[in-house]
Amino acid sequence: MKKTPLYENHLKLGGRMTDFAGWLLPVEYTGIIEEHRQVRSAAGLFDVSHMGEILITGRDAGAFLQELLTNDISNISDGKVIYSPMCLDSGGVVDDLLVYRFSAERYMLVTNASNTDRDFEWIKGHISGDVQAENVSERWAQLAIQGPSSEAILQDAVDVPLSDIRFYRFVPEMKVFGVDAIVSRTGYTGEDGFEIYVPWEMAAKVWDGLLELGRCRGLVPAGLGARDTLRFEAGLPLYGHELSRDITPLEAGLESFVKLGKKSFIGKKALCEQKERGLARKLTGFEITGKGIARSGYEIMDGDRKIGYVTSGTYSPTLGKNLGMAMLDINYCVPGAEFDVIIRNKPVRARTCTLPFYRKKYRK
Amino acid sequence: MKILDGLKYSREHEWVKIEGNRAYIGITDYAQDSLGDIVFVDLPETGTSLEAGDVLCTVESVKAASDVYSPVAGKVVEVNEALSDDPSLLNQDPYGNWIAVLEISDTNAADSLMDASDYKAFCAGEE
Repeated sequence: MKKTPLYENHLKLGGRMTDFAGWLLPVEYTGIIEEHRQVRSAAGLFDVSHMGEILITGRDAGAFLQELLTNDISNISDGKVIYSPMCLDSGGVVDDLLVYRFSAERYMLVTNASNTDRDFEWIKGHISGDVQAENVSERWAQLAIQGPSSEAILQDAVDVPLSDIRFYRFVPEMKVFGVDAIVSRTGYTGEDGFEIYVPWEMAAKVWDGLLELGRCRGLVPAGLGARDTLRFEAGLPLYGHELSRDITPLEAGLESFVKLGKKSFIGKKALCEQKERGLARKLTGFEITGKGIARSGYEIMDGDRKIGYVTSGTYSPTLGKNLGMAMLDINYCVPGAEFDVIIRNKPVRARTCTLPFYRKKYRK
Repeated sequence: MKILDGLKYSREHEWVKIEGNRAYIGITDYAQDSLGDIVFVDLPETGTSLEAGDVLCTVESVKAASDVYSPVAGKVVEVNEALSDDPSLLNQDPYGNWIAVLEISDTNAADSLMDASDYKAFCAGEE
């Protein structure tokens, strides 16, 4: 199994380790709920070095990505970050990823850990023109600091005013504790925060430095457990749950990241046809009104008719309720629709509700 | 890990306290620690008859559901409703918050279970 450069740090902090996509990472340190609440009220620090980074360079890099991805990257500026699904011809999703534009001929894709190798093969298989792809995942570690106090804490470690970095923008070269870093105002928690890319061997210096700096400002290390409950509340998709090779971005509610007006991209024909026909099913939020916790894969029934399944479900620490996201028959994707989630062979009542479940109340 | 004298312990990390023909059943400190934050307890129904080793109820942490087994045979006569409102009580005080009371016919039912020192050794072996 693979270890990030912070493996020993996690053990020292009492991290409870697990295998995630072949990487040994902490699920929690002091407890998922406590870490979750701390991120929402102050800040949490996550080791996300397992994520992949793929460099795309060359004169035709922009045109290549425009064809590869569903979103439109044709008129974004240097320093911009774009979120995009990457689809099969069928419209199903290969991966959802971030694109960092360094220049017209230089981009960095950030991929899910579980898909990085597959994504790299997919990319290499579709390259045409003057394009080079390089998998630099093992060279770059990634830390995420997330929560309302993130900027205040990180500011003391860097040499540029962080307020200049707007949401979904990045600085390609800056110093964090003197270490060369790429820093973006992005994240997977629904809070303000930054994702920090540093050379693999420098990760511990930045990790320890931030924890020390943030100690009296409420910064805590946070694990994969809290990362999942946080992204869930924010209504963010997790590949393998809300997205997969069998789910299109339109079904997953990501239509704003699918630019059907683009001249061409892989999956365009299938997605246009799906839009024409109308969706048969769609991702919807729901609240358990009975007693129980919905989990990924559980069936959803209306009487004795199966109408969908749970993609993700959990106890929501911020809302204090048992919530879920489901891929549901389109007729039930309306406010107030009621159905049963089958939990351990028993029907438990649930009702649709809007996504996201949580939105931060401050503007950044 | 806290282990109390005077209780009996199962290999599935449940504790049992027999008072006359009533058996109080809960989960140990080791169990609540491994589960993490407990967010739901699916209490059994009163009147349910169980054999030793049957599933008593399900306890859910943030990440997963786990079965709690009854170490003794009996009939569920009382359940701890406080756990419906606040499942975290099992984390806070696993020995002070029993899950269910069984009416048992064999008052020696707990004899085959571990005492505190055997359970302590058992837990050390589990690591």
